[in-house]
Amino acid sequence: MHIVVCVKQVPDSREIRIDTKTGTLIREGVPSIVNPYDLHGLEAALQLREQHGGRVTVITMGPPMAEKALKETISLGADDAVLVTDRKFGGADTLATSYVLAEAIRKAADTWGPVDLVIAGKQTLDGDTGQVGPGIACRLGLQQLTYVEKIVAVEGRRIRVERRLEDGLEVVETSLPALLTVLKEINTVRRASLPGMIAAARYKPIVWTVADFPDIDVTKIGLKGSPTVVSRSWVPEVRKVDTTYVDGAAELWEALWATDLPERLGWSAEEGA
Amino acid sequence: MELEYQGIMVWVEQRDGVAKPVSWQLIGQARRMAEKIGAEVYALVQGEQVEHLAREAICYGADRAYLIEHPVLREYRTEPYSVSTLDVIRQVKPEIVLIGATYQGRDLAGAIATHLPTGLTADTTMLDVEPNPSRLLLASRPAFSEKLMATILCKKYKPQMATARPGIFEALPRDDSRTGQIIRVPFDMKEDDIATKVLKFYQDEDRVNLEDAEVIVAGGRGMGGPEGFAALKQLADLLGGVVGASRPCVDEEWISHAHQVGQTGKTVRPKLYIAVGISGAVQHTIGMTGSDVIVAINKDPNAPIFDVAHYGIVGDWQEVVPELIKAVSAGKPAAAATGGASR
Ligand SMILES: Cc1cc2nc3c(=O)[nH]c(=O)nc-3n(C[C@H](O)[C@H](O)[C@H](O)COP(=O)(O)OP(=O)(O)OC[C@H]3O[C@@H](n4cnc5c(N)ncnc54)[C@H](O)[C@@H]3O)c2cc1C
Ligand SMILES: Nc1ncnc2c1ncn2[C@@H]1O[C@H](COP(=O)(O)O)[C@@H](O)[C@H]1O
Repeated sequence: MHIVVCVKQVPDSREIRIDTKTGTLIREGVPSIVNPYDLHGLEAALQLREQHGGRVTVITMGPPMAEKALKETISLGADDAVLVTDRKFGGADTLATSYVLAEAIRKAADTWGPVDLVIAGKQTLDGDTGQVGPGIACRLGLQQLTYVEKIVAVEGRRIRVERRLEDGLEVVETSLPALLTVLKEINTVRRASLPGMIAAARYKPIVWTVADFPDIDVTKIGLKGSPTVVSRSWVPEVRKVDTTYVDGAAELWEALWATDLPERLGWSAEEGA
Repeated sequence: MELEYQGIMVWVEQRDGVAKPVSWQLIGQARRMAEKIGAEVYALVQGEQVEHLAREAICYGADRAYLIEHPVLREYRTEPYSVSTLDVIRQVKPEIVLIGATYQGRDLAGAIATHLPTGLTADTTMLDVEPNPSRLLLASRPAFSEKLMATILCKKYKPQMATARPGIFEALPRDDSRTGQIIRVPFDMKEDDIATKVLKFYQDEDRVNLEDAEVIVAGGRGMGGPEGFAALKQLADLLGGVVGASRPCVDEEWISHAHQVGQTGKTVRPKLYIAVGISGAVQHTIGMTGSDVIVAINKDPNAPIFDVAHYGIVGDWQEVVPELIKAVSAGKPAAAATGGASR
């Protein structure tokens, strides 16, 4: 199997703080990490390679510093890692991103053989849309299975998975080639091995720029190819309310009875609530 | 001037002929926006034997319901749903398309926005529209773990699309006297041509309907373990409510994800929300500040949960909760005024 994993380097949004005066992000000191869901995607790919053989190619679109994220994927066991980078790709929204990634996956297929499976994360910490995966599937005409919690089996040209839904789990089957987006429940990400780390240290990610895509439609990439724009951002205010402090459960219960809640909730005098 | 793209379309998500509440919430919001620009609200209903949902969509505020019934649409699958949705969008040309940010909704939205192609704003929590003549959709959403809000525009492409979080927008009261048009849209696709098959659906055993609950008793990391939640369950049962939880409790597997309130859980708006041992991080409070009355029980007087609480008890839940259970079991307190005063 040839599996392509889409990985993005993201600022660890859990560490981002906001300058409440200016309403801007404080990015200094915020570490860049591999988007956590994408590491689960890589792990899923590595496990499939262990079972079925084949190769795992990692692709990212991002600035040159994203090389570090790619090296991390090599240390975990990816066969090759491609950095798709060019200033012209910058400022892309999900529509433009999925276009470029789809072109890169086509090129990966030309380079290393037909792609059977593309794996993306559920969403990124920074873009946070979960739209890039479906976008790629759509552009490449792949079957799309999102929010996968478990890969049950790959048999011949069929893949069976469990998808998470709000109220349950769905067992679904489709044909390859397909694209999956994965949740973190799908697996536990391995640690890098020593040989892996040595391989990563030596590895030079493959770099593709706009010039490497002779057929690319430049009106569909980067800022120009992005229909959405951020017009305004602000720090949401915490809704502060006047808090009535009460001295214990009995007093709280009395206080609640003095409101219109008992009436609205149909609490009756005899049995209480 | 006749606009090429007109009207606000809402996707009605359903399973087994029952609509997801977010569908009606979005029709409500679409109605509010449509009034501002003099547009119509369209519902898109797909499935097998779902005509009643087209009717319901009108009762909840749609002017027209586009109805596609076909056996291949019995269960949600990306291919038949996106193909039939695209058919309708291309024919009807709505200026705005809204879809619930559920798993299926996001799956569908991502596919069709790429096909059209157009811009798609994910996971919005505020939706508004600029007045005529611009009629731009102002789609706002939290960013960077809820630390920032951003408004996203799609100026040059139509339709303008957004997915919207369940539980944020209010549905209009159901009005059975409302009238509207139901338009059947022909659709054909052969089952044999669809690669994806849904083999089984396992309903979660631990089911809890947080979204419709009138009372929620929620616990946080301060509960210390699953045993603490047994006490909360007892209290919730007495109050006719259900149990909610903050994320760490779900991560620690003290309780299932179905109970989680907040950014990556449910957005709830019960009449009474009792937060026990919850610090009040914004990722949690974003999911519950719509509640009518909020009570916080926390041993730390500086916990931010008190910023959003109408009533606060500073104390250890191990003392407070058992006492509260006792008080609630005893019924109406003797000292209580014969009530009716609002808070
Ligand atoms: C991307 C992202 C998404 C997230 N999504 C969500 C989400 O959907 N929902 C969510 O809830 N969180 C979410 N979080 C996590 C959130 O940031 C907080 O970490 C979380 O809400 C804290 O949970 P907590 O209040 O239970 O725990 P803590 O912050 O540890 O607070 C525990 C509280 O219990 C009190 N306490 C301890 N012992 C007792 C006692 N005996 N009696 C009374 N009080 C006691 C303490 O004083 C403290 O205030 C998300 C975070 C990220 C980064
Ligand atoms: N620039 C990128 N390079 C590679 N993969 C990406 C990129 N952006 C998004 N992805 C993939 O798409 C998934 C969803 O991203 P998003 O739509 O931004 O939430 C991520 O988990 C990645 O797998």
